[in-house]
Amino acid sequence: MEFFHGVNVDWLGKKWYFLAFSMIFSVAGIISMAWHWQQIGSPVPLSVDFRGGTQVQLQFVQAPDTTSIRKATEAAGIRDARIQNYDVPQNHEVLISLPEQSNEAALDTGRQQIVDALHSHYDNAFTVRNVQVVGPTVGKQLERQAGLATLYSMLGMLIYLWFRFQLIYGVAAVVACFHDTLITVGAFALTGQEISLTVIAAILTLVGYSMNDTIVVFDRIRENLRLSRREPLSEVVNRSINQTLSRTVLTSGLTFLTVLSLYIFGGEVLKGFSFALVVGILIGTYSSIAVAAPMLVAYQEWRASSGKATSLPAAKRAKV
Amino acid sequence: MKKNLTNRILLIIAVLVIFLYGIFGVPSGVTGKDLADSLTKRIHLGLDLRGGAHLILQVVVSEAVSAETDNTVARLQQDLKTANLSFSQVFKPNASKPESVEIDGVTAANTSAVRSLLDSKYSNEYDQSGGSDTAFTLTMKPTVEKALEEKTVQQAIETIRDRVDSLGVSEPLIQEYNLGANQILVELPGVSDLDRVKEIIQSTARLEIHAVVGGPFQDEASALASVSGVLPPDQMLVHGSGAMATGSDADSVYVLQRVSVVAGSDFRSADPGTNSNTGQRIVQFTLTNEAGDRFYDFTSANVGKGMAVVMGGRVREVANIKSAIRDQGEIEGTFSQSEVMDLSRLLRTGALPASLNYLEDRTVGASLGADSIRAGVTAAIVGVLVVMGFMLVYYKGSGINADLALFLNLVILLGFMGFSGATLTLPGIAGVILTIGMGVDSNVLIFERIREEVRAGKAAAAAVDQGFGHAWVTIVDTHVTTIVSAAILFLFGTGPVKGFAVTLTFGLLANLFTAVFVSRVIFEAHLNKLKPGEMVSI
Repeated sequence: MEFFHGVNVDWLGKKWYFLAFSMIFSVAGIISMAWHWQQIGSPVPLSVDFRGGTQVQLQFVQAPDTTSIRKATEAAGIRDARIQNYDVPQNHEVLISLPEQSNEAALDTGRQQIVDALHSHYDNAFTVRNVQVVGPTVGKQLERQAGLATLYSMLGMLIYLWFRFQLIYGVAAVVACFHDTLITVGAFALTGQEISLTVIAAILTLVGYSMNDTIVVFDRIRENLRLSRREPLSEVVNRSINQTLSRTVLTSGLTFLTVLSLYIFGGEVLKGFSFALVVGILIGTYSSIAVAAPMLVAYQEWRASSGKATSLPAAKRAKV
Repeated sequence: MKKNLTNRILLIIAVLVIFLYGIFGVPSGVTGKDLADSLTKRIHLGLDLRGGAHLILQVVVSEAVSAETDNTVARLQQDLKTANLSFSQVFKPNASKPESVEIDGVTAANTSAVRSLLDSKYSNEYDQSGGSDTAFTLTMKPTVEKALEEKTVQQAIETIRDRVDSLGVSEPLIQEYNLGANQILVELPGVSDLDRVKEIIQSTARLEIHAVVGGPFQDEASALASVSGVLPPDQMLVHGSGAMATGSDADSVYVLQRVSVVAGSDFRSADPGTNSNTGQRIVQFTLTNEAGDRFYDFTSANVGKGMAVVMGGRVREVANIKSAIRDQGEIEGTFSQSEVMDLSRLLRTGALPASLNYLEDRTVGASLGADSIRAGVTAAIVGVLVVMGFMLVYYKGSGINADLALFLNLVILLGFMGFSGATLTLPGIAGVILTIGMGVDSNVLIFERIREEVRAGKAAAAAVDQGFGHAWVTIVDTHVTTIVSAAILFLFGTGPVKGFAVTLTFGLLANLFTAVFVSRVIFEAHLNKLKPGEMVSI
């Protein structure tokens, strides 16, 4: 069985369609992020990891009613509680969140208050399944760590690619990764999902994955360039993409299926994580063909038209 | 030409056996339940799968510094009196800077004498700065302060560990966190009654006995009125706690001497008991010798006055000093049975040197943990089956090759986890699932290349050879970039994320072995069996 035998598509010719597609999703994402920023002060909804505050996950015996729960918490004097249903309705689970406490000495009282309020004012037995209380110090720390990790990741990739190929390959790949990250985060903004630490881990993983995908195409470009020095770059690139198409679609397809399995069966705790991977793998595959490769060719053509030496075909020899 | 593969096949089998041992140890039987038991013994589960509490506490080290300088104030007063050097007061001028002590009102004639006294007795720990001839300021040396803060954190860790041990929590983790920030990480797996545990930990705030100057008062205003509106620097206002022996009011305010008579580490032992006369529950305590002497001096000088037991910054009990007490005493109150036991435990294991604030609390209930395991394992199994099935259909005979390599990959990955004692978290299970997808990528790369070579007309052996040769470069590139990504995640991530980075890295390393070496051996074994001119099934 074979899917992609003798494919010969002019990928670079379609680059304006790709650009339009990417622009639409990027802009949609950015608009959504701007709207969120205006509403809640951050571009995407943040999980309690970063937001700080208290979040309690409760499972009730009977189906819970959020209005009654709110009445119960307000009767106990708890303001600003956010109450939402969680996971599938037959699980009877509810998430109650309290905003950040600036006074760390009082950090733990929120949880106790919620539990007491429900015991006194709401007639529905419950168990506490999960508690997260994050103080402002820790929240800021985690934000900083997440930011640093992302930065170092991108830098590490850039340096590695510079070392293995040429700088322009590295830059094209990093631009593709930025594109992927932007659209994935935009997807979170558009669907109103929270970004937690594990989601950041997923995003960093898909950065690595997108890099992988781009490298496979670049490796083939480099190999083909060594074989034929006379062909124009755009033709070499097209051919390289066509040759690796089979592998690209297969791997992405299989990885996508495993991640889809995680999204469907993996439970609510990993929902954000698996969503990021589902979106990220699709976009990461797309970006190697639609963003990284055209950028390579565009840079080459810009250098040629402005009269600079076009050294691109002579990529560094593989050092393995 | 047939290659001799025996050695290589033996190596692969050896690897399989070794890593199976890593996963299961030596199982007691071969039933599903026995294997599952051995598995859970070897593989260390994270809190998000096992259930339990993850707490980060901040040690309020300024309290320890403050207590130390309070002691210094008392010593200074004593020393100056003994040396007959008059002064108006020794105090701490700035509440938010507990490391500074000031001496005021020294007569000009005594200035040099005071200075030489300070030099001889206090210059090890304090820096002097003279505001004028009549006032001196002592500031604790930064190195001394830092050492005190470190000691405080270590003492807090020891105390918490003692208390948690006495509760019988299995495999607790208590260690310093975030070096230099005076934070402690406490992880308590499988804790069901979290509230009681946290009460034990947090109510280990400092326990001290102070001399009572006046009280009880209704509120702070009337307490201040008793000292003519201005509180002397060597006294402080403390509220009563709800459960007081004497009081029925929820709030009562006492004026106490700031410096404690005995505190935390002065208690040598404490046990619950009953008052032979009243039948009430009491805590009988014994002080250390040195503290006993101090206590004797204090109590004999203050018969008829009151002393307050202060816990967690609130007055727990006020007792009348009936006679001099040396080192054995009792604390009375309307205690319940668990209260006397808890209080005794607190005194026995030594009170904390400073209070603790919660910075972070993540508690996963055991039921959620079990659900997470179930969900993760289901997703993994579905993922594996889908991938294996697809490889069989798409690559036919070579699909079996890929599936065997995938299976060995998972065995090595889990075996690594078992041997290294690394923690498996829920994102870690996701990492295993991701490894499946990315691992099979290597196989796809090689097989696609082989197909290309076959299409170009190469013979079986040459096609396989070329396939592995060309794909090797790309496999290395892709694995290195993902491992770099995972390494950064490991450095910057917290517990669950670290677990993900670990399984991803182990999985990719295992994949380098299986996709290249093992797959190759299987191909070669297959090639050995082929008749001349026959092609591999791919």
